[in-house]
Amino acid sequence: MSLPAVAAPGGPTLEVRNLRTHFFTRAGVVKAVDDVSFTVERGKVMGLVGESGSGKTVTGFSIIGLVDPPGRITGGQVLFQGTDLASLSEAEMRNLRGNRIAMIFQDPMMTLNPVLRIDTQMIETVQAHARVSREEARQRARDALGQVGIPSPDERLRAYPHQFSGGMRQRVAIAIALLHKPELIIADEPTTALDVTIQGQILAEAQKLCAQFGTALIWITHDLSVVAGLADDIAVMYAGKVVESGEVGAVLDAPLHPYTAGLIGSVPSRNRRGAPLSQIPGMTPSLLNLPAGCAFRARCPRAESRCAEPPPFAEYLPGRHARCIHPYIEEAVRA
Amino acid sequence: MSEVMDPPHAVAATTPPIVEIRGVYKRFSRSLDFAAKLARRLGVTVREDVVHAVDGVDLSIRRGEVVGLVGESGCGKSTLGRMVAGIMPPTEGSILSHGRDLRSLSGVEARRTKLRTQMIFQDPYASLNPRLKVEDIVGEAPLVHGLVRREDFAGYVDEQFRRAGLDPGLKKRYPHQFSGGQRQRIGIARALAVQPEFLVCDEAVAALDVSIQAQILNLFMKLRQELDLTYLFISHDLGVVEHLSDRVVIMYLGRVVEEAPAEDVFRSANHPYTQALLSEVPRIDTRKRAFAGVKGEIPSPLAPPSGCHFHPRCPHAMERCRIERPALREIAPGRRSACHLNDAA
Ligand SMILES: Nc1ncnc2c1ncn2[C@@H]1O[C@H](COP(=O)(O)OP(=O)(O)OP(=O)(O)O)[C@@H](O)[C@H]1O
Ligand SMILES: Nc1ncnc2c1ncn2[C@@H]1O[C@H](COP(=O)(O)OP(=O)(O)OP(=O)(O)O)[C@@H](O)[C@H]1O
Ligand code: SF4
Ligand code: SF4
Ligand SMILES: [Mg+2]
Ligand SMILES: [Mg+2]
Repeated sequence: MSLPAVAAPGGPTLEVRNLRTHFFTRAGVVKAVDDVSFTVERGKVMGLVGESGSGKTVTGFSIIGLVDPPGRITGGQVLFQGTDLASLSEAEMRNLRGNRIAMIFQDPMMTLNPVLRIDTQMIETVQAHARVSREEARQRARDALGQVGIPSPDERLRAYPHQFSGGMRQRVAIAIALLHKPELIIADEPTTALDVTIQGQILAEAQKLCAQFGTALIWITHDLSVVAGLADDIAVMYAGKVVESGEVGAVLDAPLHPYTAGLIGSVPSRNRRGAPLSQIPGMTPSLLNLPAGCAFRARCPRAESRCAEPPPFAEYLPGRHARCIHPYIEEAVRA
Repeated sequence: MSEVMDPPHAVAATTPPIVEIRGVYKRFSRSLDFAAKLARRLGVTVREDVVHAVDGVDLSIRRGEVVGLVGESGCGKSTLGRMVAGIMPPTEGSILSHGRDLRSLSGVEARRTKLRTQMIFQDPYASLNPRLKVEDIVGEAPLVHGLVRREDFAGYVDEQFRRAGLDPGLKKRYPHQFSGGQRQRIGIARALAVQPEFLVCDEAVAALDVSIQAQILNLFMKLRQELDLTYLFISHDLGVVEHLSDRVVIMYLGRVVEEAPAEDVFRSANHPYTQALLSEVPRIDTRKRAFAGVKGEIPSPLAPPSGCHFHPRCPHAMERCRIERPALREIAPGRRSACHLNDAA
């Protein structure tokens, strides 16, 4: 059950075009993802950052087809190696998930079953997609745990998830995602529960996958320094939309969008120790009834009357897009 | 109007401790499964796996202090935090709140002490009851404990929501309708709603984007000034810890290996593990770097290495390190470290 090879070799691994995913709740329509587009090339890493609640996780869920009612994809396309994933049957999609596309969930317990031992779960996962003996499967599971820095993997395989620390659970979920060397990995906050040394180990493994197997990565995180060190490109989300995208260094050095600028300014290392951290004024808008026009308007230091119109997602500098009518262009050109 | 806040002030050493941790151990033994129990009954020796999660920790936290707790994943930080918050009893040793052993308290007193210490949990998914509306998650305890009257309930809940950066209009929803970071803020609102004096924050801001993180950290600092709150702040984000803490405690495999004022740790770490940790911190100015795997074997709390737990990974390890556990000793006023290298000097 392999995918028809429509795309020419060398085409992007993933293309998301104008994706919209809405939740139809009793209180109204939550436009969790509302016109999101980006491309991830083979072997490349895209860092997806943004406001908490801006739709990063829902974007990931939409790509792998795990949006539950009352949520629904209401528009756009997800192309995996040129194939529109909406055209696949449920069975084809299931086969794709875990085998060629893997997601590391923000909540590791979405991957792990609390009542099963780790070995049972991992061996099952191996055998679901590869015809190998139980012994061979156990060996692969063992190696995968070692890869993510879990000591005593033999003993740990016999444990239940609740006997693990937060970070260990996360690492088991990562190990499971890496088992089949998928072509695309969507990693949702995969290292937030990890200390910097173990995080370094995981990031090194991720880089190895990209370099050796051409795996494309979407790395969802709040940690801008991880994005800086790992990603090739970055996309910044705010209120269901990508508001800025481009090469990671260029964006972090001289952001175009005022939200991106505010975000970078809040990083503790950019602030004097102990002094109040600079924060973006105001509160996250409710996605239920967003005002027309730019959703960042009420909080933006550069807002003007024109911002009441929806700003287009335009390419202001080569390879650099922003959804803003008044971006920091001079600053970006000077940088 | 911008308020000017003092940088973290050193809390006078004479301030009485709000919490004291004395010789605390926590061991988890894996309950044997059926086959193992049967084998044991038949006379086969079955090794029981014992995790030494917390392995002899002494620590005191003074009123108004912010103590940062850092260390490798799985080194026992959450376990220590839970014991301090009175949610989990130690296997050995004692925890004192205002000079009184938690175990000696009962009834009303125990409940009051428990309420005064609140924990913000690491896992925003598992720590909220999925069947309760979030307004009840936040407002139930204050109502039950008489901190708010029934007629003021709605207003009180709204205030807690706003303070944690949440839209009160969402309060009738259930936890699964929120994103990870929104859930974390519900946990923060819940903890602050009972007006605690001591907060154990276990990765409290890890799920938040840096702008909302800044807002919550500023809130923590403000509450500290206004209400003299005390914090045990567990975090992997060393930038956050540096920004916020007066004192930093570094753990490795169940033990405290270093303890010092924050500036000293970040300026000149003493313990080789602390040094290794600080050298790995990713920086926002570093682009496309090659990350390195862990050098040396990662030891397991199931079978901790002999002597100094860090010796298999330590670049300075000597013969003695494999045999003798280094004591956590004062190396300068207010600074402690557990490394044999300090003897040589
Ligand atoms: N089942 C649901 N019903 C209604 N709204 C939902 C549901 N699931 C998610 N949402 C809303 O969709 C929005 C996007 O959520 P998502 O989890 O994608 O955010 P996120 O960017 O991943 O945030 P975080 O960084 O906090 O994890 C949020 O505002 C959330 O409240
Ligand atoms: N209920 C339990 N049963 C058995 N072992 C446990 C239990 N809870 C924790 N442990 C073990 O105790 C050790 C310390 O766990 P703890 O959760 O305190 O670590 P941590 O320092 O908070 O790690 P992280 O940074 O990953 O959250 C780990 O080895 C873990 O597997
Ligand atoms: S469009 Fe206007 S309000 Fe929106 S970010 Fe740009 S300047 Fe600010
Ligand atoms: S006691 Fe020895 S092994 Fe441990 S940190 Fe010091 S030098 Fe390294
Ligand atoms: Mg999320
Ligand atoms: Mg923990």
